[in-house]
Order: sequence, then C-alpha cells, then structure tokens
Amino acid sequence: MSHMLVVPVVLPALVATFIVTAARFDLVLQRVFSLASTAALLAVALGLWLLAGDGVPRSYRLGDWPAPFGIVLVLDRLSALMLLLTSVLAMLVALYAAASFWDRRGRHFHALFQFQLMGLNGAFLTGDIFNLFVFFEVLLIASYGLVLHGAGARRITEGLKYVAVNLAGSTLFLLAVGLLYAVTGTLNMADLALRVPTVPEADQALLRLSAVLLLVVFAIKGALVPLHFWLPGTYAAASPPVAALFAIMTKVGAYAILRVYILVFGDAAGAAARIALPFVLPAAALTLVVGMTGVLASRSLTALAVWALVGSVGMLLLPLGLLTEAGTAAGLYYLVHSTLTGAALFLLADLVARRRGAAGDGLVAAPGFVEADLLGGLFFLAAIAAVGLPPLSGFIGKLLILQVLAAHPARTVLWATILVTSLAALVGFVRAGSTVFWKREPAAAEPSHGPGDRAALCAAAALVAAPMLLAAFAGPTIATMEATARQLFTPSVYIEAVLGPARLADEGTIQ
Amino acid sequence: MELLMASGVGVLTMVGVYLILRARTFPVVLGLTFLSYAVNLFLFAMGRLAVGRPPILDPEATGYTDPLPQALVLTAIVISFGMTALLVVLALRGYLETGQDHVDGRVRSEGDAP
Repeated sequence: MSHMLVVPVVLPALVATFIVTAARFDLVLQRVFSLASTAALLAVALGLWLLAGDGVPRSYRLGDWPAPFGIVLVLDRLSALMLLLTSVLAMLVALYAAASFWDRRGRHFHALFQFQLMGLNGAFLTGDIFNLFVFFEVLLIASYGLVLHGAGARRITEGLKYVAVNLAGSTLFLLAVGLLYAVTGTLNMADLALRVPTVPEADQALLRLSAVLLLVVFAIKGALVPLHFWLPGTYAAASPPVAALFAIMTKVGAYAILRVYILVFGDAAGAAARIALPFVLPAAALTLVVGMTGVLASRSLTALAVWALVGSVGMLLLPLGLLTEAGTAAGLYYLVHSTLTGAALFLLADLVARRRGAAGDGLVAAPGFVEADLLGGLFFLAAIAAVGLPPLSGFIGKLLILQVLAAHPARTVLWATILVTSLAALVGFVRAGSTVFWKREPAAAEPSHGPGDRAALCAAAALVAAPMLLAAFAGPTIATMEATARQLFTPSVYIEAVLGPARLADEGTIQ
Repeated sequence: MELLMASGVGVLTMVGVYLILRARTFPVVLGLTFLSYAVNLFLFAMGRLAVGRPPILDPEATGYTDPLPQALVLTAIVISFGMTALLVVLALRGYLETGQDHVDGRVRSEGDAP
C-alpha cells in the first residue's frame, strides 16, 4: 500500500498548522512554506498521475481498517487528473498572491490557502460519501476565510450570503447522506455501487429522493442555474487570487456529479439508474445562457471573468450531463481548459486594475497605463481561449462538445444554444478588450514596477499559456481524457480496488 | 415514538425554512440553527429507532442499535456549531460595517459591483 496517496491531504494540513502556529508573524516564512508546499504538491500530484496512468485504481485504507468499515481514499485516473489540475492552479495562484502582496491585506492567507487545498484534494480522493461531506466542509470553511480575506463591508455582506447558502447546502447534503445510509446501510461509494441495485421496491422512493437531493447539493457547489445566485457576488467581492483559486471550486460540483451518478447511480443501479439525466442537461444549457448573457452585461473585467466562469460550468456540464463515455471525455477536456482560463481572467483583471488607478477594472475609457500592450496581448489570448475561437483549446473543447451532442435528440436546440452564447461571449469580450486597451491615451507614466510585479505577471502569463499547451498537445490530452472516461464507465475496476476481487465476485453471484 | 420523531423533524424543518427566508440576518442564523437541529434528529433516526439498546459490545445485550448514525451526528453537530458561530460573528461584523442587517442586498452600500 503506497502511502503517497495520503500525502495530498496530509501535507497541506501540516503546512497550514505550522504556518498558523510557528510562522504566524513572519510573512516571508509563510510565503516560503506555502510556495514550497504547493510545489511539493505539484510533484506528488504528477507522481500520482503517472501512477494512475496504468489504469488500475488504487485504494488507501486509513488506519488500515478494511473497507467498507473504514474510510478509504481512492486514486483513479479522474481523481489523479483533478489533483494535478488543482496543484498546477494552486502553485500559480499562490505565487501570484505572494508576488502581488494580496496576501498582506489580511492575516492567515497562506494557512487558509493550504487548508483549502487539503479540502479540495481530500474531496477528489475520498471513496466514502460521508467523508466527501467532511472534505466539502473543510474546503468550505477555508473558503469562508479566503472570501473574507482583505475584509471591507462588501466582502462581509457577500461572505455572509455565501456562508448561509453553503450551510443550507450542507444541511441538504446531510439529509441525502442519511437517507442513503438508511436504505443501503453503507456510505462507502464502492459498496454503495453494489448495494443500490438491490434496494427493495419499498425503499426506492427514499433512494431516489436521496439521489435527487445530492444532485441539488452538487448543483449548488457547481453554481448551476437556478442555484447560481451565490456565485457572482461572492467571486466579484473576493480578492482576485482567491477568485482565481475558486475557479476550481465549481468544478468540485462537476466532479462529484460525475463520481456519484456514474459509480453509485450508474447504469446498473436498477430503478434509480441515470436519475440525474433529465435534470443536468437543461440546467447546464440554462447556466450557459445566463453566464454568457452576464458576460454581455458586465461592466468590469472582474464581472466579465465571473460570468464567463458561470457560463463555462454550463458548457462543461452539457456533455458531462449526458452521462456517456464520449461526453465525459469531451467534458473533462473542457473542464481543464475552463479552470485555467477562468483563473487567468481573474488575475489579468487584477493586473489591469492595479495599473489603471481610479478607473480600476471598469469597462470605461481611461488614461493610458504602463504595459497596456503586454496586458492587452495576454487578455486577447485569454479571451480567445474563453470564447472558444481557434486555434486555442476553447475551440477544440467546444468542437468536441458539439460533436458529442450531435447524437442527442435535442441537437438543434443545444447546438443553437452553444453557438449563440459563444457569439454573445465574443461580443462581450471584444467590447471589454477594445474599451480597456484601445480607448486610452498613450502612457504618461514611466514603467515603475518591482520584482514582485514581474513574478505576478509571469504567474498570470503561465495561466494564459495553459490553453496554448492544451491546444498544442490536444491529441495526447484527449487520449488521456478518453482513457479516464473509459475507466469511469467500468465501475467494476473501482469496486475491485476498494473491496477486493472476492467481494465483487460474491455480490455478482447473489444478484 | 415514530410519530413524535417524524413530526419533531418536520416542525423543526418548517420553522428553519421559514426563518431562512426572512430578510434580516438574525432570523437567517436562527433558521439555519433550526435546520441543523432537524437534520441531526433525522440522522439519528436513520439507524432505526430503538430503546434501551447499547451501540457498542456488551455481553448482556440482547440487541444493538446502529452506532454509525451517532458518529455521523456528532460530526454534523461539531461542524454546524462552528459554522453557526462564524455566521454570528459575520452577521455582527456586517451590521457594524454597513449599519444595516439586510441579507437580500436591497439596501446597497456604495461601491457595489453589479
């Protein structure tokens, strides 16, 4: 049993505790440990990703209690992919936060950041649905602190709403988990996958209620319309590095939908099979429309990034909501692309706002600012990726999604939705870019920037480079996503890894 | 006992939902507290209702009650208690900073983004 599986959860927890206790008053030390931790997490995530590349899921029994009685962490291709994505994003965002001095505007930024990573990594690794709830809480509690980072009246009022909505969501999660336990007697996801098909007829209503409640919870996390109301205000009020990190938070909802509705309520689940199917697709289409309309109506670069993020969740849940292998592969490619692009937009908005002084990131004509051409170029690239124009990865992702949806009965409506919203996003981004970067007088001020600003710019530029790399290596990336989707739709390998081959064969004969 | 338990959970949920939908922070905090009470009771009943049975090994026991829901409730209580405390602090801070305690954002302060 490789202990490497537990490192992504334990390492940030230890570093965060150390930062809170020992490095409390020393920001430099905090930065060093935070950055070193994210770099180590990246190395570990890369190692785990290579480990998962052989297609065999691995389980790690905490305390060596045998599953399903103890809690397990499970590493398969999907969780390895999410870990890798999280650690890449976390390292660049941590670098940006330190370089742009955002971490100085309040206390404990780096400690909260590490706790957030612990929650994210745990949620991606856990193989137990109550443990998923616990890690959701860990990441939410850290995120409450991060949203409030920097304080100010607006962050407090938005933060209050964010906390209230998520507390209500947690309550629903507990209700769903309780129902699931009542009808199946287990909370281990692999065990659930075996027991859900055998739930007696009398308990089917409770089982389905639990499945739908879980979907509501994941939709709140993923900000699916009509449960997206908490997101725009919160993300716009949060400090930019926090908003950039939160680009992955909505994807946690998407991940949970994939995991639960393919493994537990998958094809074999009897009467509750594919229960998410009628809900996810229409909600995703609506989310896409609402998000891109928001892009069109945005009055600042940050609002633009927020609404583009809302739209991107809708976009990626369109193919994921089909709950098919091809759809999942296309959705995962778009997931990676949209997370990194979304984060890049938040950081670029902040870089522009810092240089423009009073005008901030508003979409108004303003006096020139230093390095407008460089930032304009980066924004141009990020916008191309976010809108989905060739040659960057947004285009490839949308092409894959359109292809997958071609087989769907409601093809015409879905295609029209995607293409029209893309046009809306294009208009929104073009208007924003031309107002901010073209309607200006030549820069009067001399470039005045410290080494910190350079590093911040590099972090944002690295995020902008991601869609280029994803486009350049689209072939191998898509092949990996297809392998991930294939593994996801072969639940028996997951179950075998958690419960052992004997149990799987045993249950097979009972049915 | 079943009827008492079920109606207890039901009434608590009703009160909680009603209070959450109020426009001021204090009722919302109370509402969330009531909801978490309801959920805790609900989780407790998930292991089936039993009277006078031990949850852990006892040589004289004739039957056992399921210990897992009790562990789940304990976790849920700890989390919701901590979160309620945070929410109260946030509500107070928000009131002190903005001078009003509306949650729906109708009374907007200056500098709010769309």
